[in-house]
Amino acid sequence: MALCIRLPLHGEVIEKLRAGDQVRLNGIIYAARDAAHKRLVEALDRGGKPPFEIEGQTIYYMGPSPARPGKVIGSAGPTTSGRMDAYAPRLMAIGLKGMIGKGARSQEVKDAMRRYKAVYFAAIGGAGALISKSIKKAEVIAYDDLGAEALRRLEVEDFPATVINDIYGGDLYEEGKAKYSITLKSPTRVLASRISPEAIISGIPASGMRTTSMISSASGASGTGSSSVAR
Amino acid sequence: MGKIKEIQAADIAQTVARLCQEANFFLGEDVVAALLRPDEESEVARQVLDQLLENARIAAAEHVPLCQDCGTAVVFLDLGQEVHISGGDLYTAVAEGVKIGYEEGYLRKSMVEQPFSARINTKDNTPPVIHTRIVPGEELKITVAPKGGGSENMSRFTALKPAQGRQGIIEFVVNAVDEAGSNPCPPVIVGVGIGGTAEMTMALAKVALLREVGKPSPDAEVAELEDTILRRVNALGIGPQGFGGRTTALAVHVETFPSHIASLPVAVNLQCHASRHREAVL
Repeated sequence: MALCIRLPLHGEVIEKLRAGDQVRLNGIIYAARDAAHKRLVEALDRGGKPPFEIEGQTIYYMGPSPARPGKVIGSAGPTTSGRMDAYAPRLMAIGLKGMIGKGARSQEVKDAMRRYKAVYFAAIGGAGALISKSIKKAEVIAYDDLGAEALRRLEVEDFPATVINDIYGGDLYEEGKAKYSITLKSPTRVLASRISPEAIISGIPASGMRTTSMISSASGASGTGSSSVAR
Repeated sequence: MGKIKEIQAADIAQTVARLCQEANFFLGEDVVAALLRPDEESEVARQVLDQLLENARIAAAEHVPLCQDCGTAVVFLDLGQEVHISGGDLYTAVAEGVKIGYEEGYLRKSMVEQPFSARINTKDNTPPVIHTRIVPGEELKITVAPKGGGSENMSRFTALKPAQGRQGIIEFVVNAVDEAGSNPCPPVIVGVGIGGTAEMTMALAKVALLREVGKPSPDAEVAELEDTILRRVNALGIGPQGFGGRTTALAVHVETFPSHIASLPVAVNLQCHASRHREAVL
């Protein structure tokens, strides 16, 4: 079952997280990708202040599609985190505690996570429409000229993520792969369909789908305390 | 001489605009079917696949992009040689369609000018990448295939020695998927080009992605190669999103072309599950 986490992250919560844990994040996260990271770090290099207090915060590597009128945000899934590896240790050094993206991190970033006690989460790549449902507010706070790449402050509720790298050196990408890697011999087993392709394509709600029940069952535990973890 | 068919540039622009949006909102039935029946043992992996299906349902219902990366607008044109374009030039019309489609559809504009320096967003997702073939007939077939950066960045090309043959190809492709790991948002569709010259091999790998997911090559020998590579890829254990599992790829599609006596070029173009392509015939 998913852990409900209230942001910002702090030591006690971070210490409990292990690679492979499924979590639901609640609170404030900041969306920034390549160009915003470049500017953030350039500002720090010049001795300037970043546009938000980085200490204790979580950055989501994401550049959304535009919001339709009346909507909070457009599609909002993660981008490949590896492109931010060049900047991440610098931000962890000044207190960044959480990163959300997809894809493996460099050894240098993993070392920095252990050193500065920060966690890396994956969101589901390619599920930007689904993820947008957990973003309740979005506001550009800096670098507006970058369009999709502007720095945004997001308020999230039950944002679904998975711990990839914990502070103990755990790495779900390595562990998951090792668990399922096989030498070929077994015949292919085909599972029966659970829903018709037509229902998906035409957008008909499917109440029996695992996703729906999983997310709703986690939502009951949200919004408690200032920094809580509930199994 | 066949008769000349007039096609208005404005109609081309409108069609491209519509296809850009449809491709971004509606996951193909072939991909949905592939996501519904994986050989998947991992519970976590099955949850991921269910989330991708729920994502597709929401995208279709609300006309919100499947993925925030609405891609480079890759456009394939099969232009019948009896067609005459009036009221403007073909490529301008296609670019205009991309501009309209990405604006009207609230699609993300992801193209930057001066790629190695200023990297300034063009703000309308132009220019598109256009591949044109002149074919017999009096029709214009337009295929819009938006391509995300995350999976495109995992593309690979190599010039094998002919002696490396079939086994060399298998090792190269499997290794490319392995190295890509979780980056291209698995489960992926693996496009493979074999033969031709370097630029053509790469284009073959891209064209391979347009095929209906899981439909084998009509060439038995190529189909057998596809099957072998798919089994090898799905034995890697990477799984959906790289969390571990059996479903690393939904399909492997191989396209071939004759090659020079000295050459055996191989290209890999990976496609995330949001395998977006829509076509129309004018």
